[in-house]
Amino acid sequence: MTLLALERVDKVFGGLRALRGVSFEVAPGSIFGLIGPNGAGKTTLFNVITGVYRPDGGHVRFDGGEIGGLSPARVAELGIARTFQNIRLFRAMTVEENVMVAGHKLHRAGLASAVFRTAAHASDENALTTRARELLEVLGLKDHAEDVAGSLPYGSQRRLEIARALMLGPKLLLLDEPAAGMNSSEAFELERQIRFLRDELGVTIVLVEHNMSVVMSVCERIHVVDHGETIAEGTPAEIKVHPRVLAAYLGQEADPGAADEETAP
Amino acid sequence: MEAALKKPRWALRAVVAAAAIAGLYAAGLGVQAGFIEYVQRIILLAGINVILAVGLNLINGTTGQFSIGHAGFMAVGAYAAAFTGVHLAPHVASLLGAGSTADAVTFNVALLVGALLAGATGVLVGLPSLRLKGDYLAIVTLGFGEIIRILLNNAQFLGAATGYSGDSAAGLPAYTSFFWVFFWVLVVVALIRNVTFSQTGRSLVAIREDEIAAEAMATPTTRLKVLAFTLSAATAGIAGGLFAHMQSGIRPEDFRFDKSIDMIVMIIVGGLGSISGAALGGIFVAVTLEVMRDLQQYRLVLYALLLIVIMLVRPEGLLGSRELGLALFRRSSKKPGAT
Amino acid sequence: MSEFFQQIINGLSLGSIYALIALGYTMVYGILKLINFAHGEVFMLGAYSGYFLASALGVERYSASGQSFPLGLALVVLLGAMALSALLGVTIEALAYRPVRSAPRLTPLITAIGASLFLQNAAVLLFTPNPRPYPPILREVRFTLGGVIVTNIKLAIFVVAIVLMIGLHQFVQRTWTGRAMRAVSMNMDAARLMGIDVNATIRATFAIGSALAAAGGILFGLDQITINPLMGVLTGLKAFVAAVLGGIGNIPGAVVGGLLIGLAEQLTAGYLSPDYRDAITFLILVVILVLKPEGLLGVVRQEKV
Repeated sequence: MTLLALERVDKVFGGLRALRGVSFEVAPGSIFGLIGPNGAGKTTLFNVITGVYRPDGGHVRFDGGEIGGLSPARVAELGIARTFQNIRLFRAMTVEENVMVAGHKLHRAGLASAVFRTAAHASDENALTTRARELLEVLGLKDHAEDVAGSLPYGSQRRLEIARALMLGPKLLLLDEPAAGMNSSEAFELERQIRFLRDELGVTIVLVEHNMSVVMSVCERIHVVDHGETIAEGTPAEIKVHPRVLAAYLGQEADPGAADEETAP
Repeated sequence: MEAALKKPRWALRAVVAAAAIAGLYAAGLGVQAGFIEYVQRIILLAGINVILAVGLNLINGTTGQFSIGHAGFMAVGAYAAAFTGVHLAPHVASLLGAGSTADAVTFNVALLVGALLAGATGVLVGLPSLRLKGDYLAIVTLGFGEIIRILLNNAQFLGAATGYSGDSAAGLPAYTSFFWVFFWVLVVVALIRNVTFSQTGRSLVAIREDEIAAEAMATPTTRLKVLAFTLSAATAGIAGGLFAHMQSGIRPEDFRFDKSIDMIVMIIVGGLGSISGAALGGIFVAVTLEVMRDLQQYRLVLYALLLIVIMLVRPEGLLGSRELGLALFRRSSKKPGAT
Repeated sequence: MSEFFQQIINGLSLGSIYALIALGYTMVYGILKLINFAHGEVFMLGAYSGYFLASALGVERYSASGQSFPLGLALVVLLGAMALSALLGVTIEALAYRPVRSAPRLTPLITAIGASLFLQNAAVLLFTPNPRPYPPILREVRFTLGGVIVTNIKLAIFVVAIVLMIGLHQFVQRTWTGRAMRAVSMNMDAARLMGIDVNATIRATFAIGSALAAAGGILFGLDQITINPLMGVLTGLKAFVAAVLGGIGNIPGAVVGGLLIGLAEQLTAGYLSPDYRDAITFLILVVILVLKPEGLLGVVRQEKV
């Protein structure tokens, strides 16, 4: 049983082979880690999965169907939600509105219904607001619902991205460095929230993260890439002692928690 | 956002709508009796500007896609409405008998035809340019405005460069009145406001704020951008039809690039993204154009400086994206408290 | 057949002028991702600078006495107008663009439109809206080559355009400032970290682009015989389309795009109808936006996600 399967995925930028034959499978209901040194191709993988990039080779299958090359909106509709490494909120909108934007599934009545303010419109708006508030509560942002998103502190913005992604009602949630810029108590709280999402909301999670304590504590399986290639996969215990992983990280990740950017051309 | 939205009360809405129409009618009589024709004309132009500005703001302010050729859509609406009116009037008159009822029917059908055609043109212009990110829309709309003018200048059946004034020597019928202008102001403001404060409206703002994130949230960005652009073009078409029927004829010259700039000034002055700001800006432009009538040749220089200075000093405009009388605008009654 | 070659010659000379203007659009867009709406007005004011410089140098006296204007003085007019326009371009950048460089995208777009309108209408006030005959900086000499009429003005357009384009290419490829321009256009922040003076580089870009537009303005005046304050609107627009056609941000692309637009316009006017010579440009724009939005020589640039 797999929810997401990548088969020998390639991605080339100009002369640079950003991904070379990467394959992995994510089981439904699992928390799956994707790690690797800077520039290894982790964010590129997310972008290929979510349709931002079209793969140059291989297959991306989700829920049994091919999704490689579909548009980001289509991929999201099929049930894959994501957050962004370099936070992309709708900064001028309120926290609550940010979440509501993703609530297409709760928005059943059409535009005409909004124009004439029908009962269907009112019930849609109520459903959207209610769901958005629930998710904000899960992520600990309930008290900030009316705040402008751009004014939130960094850690809260990251959590708001998660709440917004969940509003899609996804089967799979891709988190791109959710702990970046968080202090250790915030990161600890994040670990709890990630487990809650899986246990209570039943969302499968794939996580790119540099904070090794977060990765090792929440992930059940970890896939390691370097220079666009798979170098290892296993349980946290196996990965910690894997010789190729240690070699790849040696000297590069003296400070694994450092906020750093992956270079995707 | 208030707590739970109540179910609509249609009976109450009908009463409010009837009261609004009666109020408009009374106000129309009052304006006719109380003001000289010169002032009446400014009031009508102000109303038309409000329609233009509120419509343009939907695409430029709310959605963040900058159109600078909206005079083109206004021209399409004006010519289509004038042409339809001239050819429809005899048929309607033979059905209903000549009179004010026949005029009202002819006029409103003509306005709707103008809106439809302007909207259809909006789809044609918007589809290729709105698929792309960035400033392409600005340049395409600018070019489109020019093309419309070239076509009108060469369209013999629309009077080419001398303009269109129908078949009779008296020119186009003067259908445009206080009542009809502000009836359409209410309709357009209600429409745009209800679109803006809805899931569709939130999605439009999301596109403006971060298109990539909006797409990742399953927002059909291209479809919504084209929708907003089409609505915006259609409202400009209505304004064009109202404008056409307050003078004896329309010429391609009436819809030059200057006209598009007037519209941009309206929404920038009031604050991009604010419906009430756009409405205020529309009134501001109608009044300043009259005040500066003797300084016509300085008008565009001043407008140009105004644009730059506002952007440097107060880029959010008078109101920013806030709404004046927020409570009125947010209430879920059908007719919002338009000014 | 000779008529066809005539159209080609005319199209290429018009296209060379578009190319000179398109270079300024494409260079500025490459660096600031901004459509410099005021560029068409820089082109127009370049033509007027040439007009007034030539008058100051006594072009009327020469033509009244039947002599031709000395070539040296013609060069002074050209270079002087280019220098004045460079100054104008740098001023526009400092007043209307630099203060809003870090603002949301719409803000500089609006100041750009404002700057364009301001210059246009200030020119109407200063110079009157009436067209002026362009002074005979070069006295027209015609010669016929196998039925095709070529004037020395057309030849001058080719020579000046080619010399300037080669000069620009050498500058961008060989000089320190040119390298800085390419670096800033690829990544402004990285360039700044590498010690490049980004402001100075942007100034240089505006100066060069504006100087090229001024050259285009003088050549345009010579070729089209009259100039007017609104000449920059449509011509600027077409040059912008040329830049998009070639691939915005791409210097050789602007040249190719300019020549193609010039040819398309001339052939449409010659074989279809002069009424549609302006419309063809926008038709090309729509087609390119639909089929190949990155332009003929452009590369797809993906926003970093």
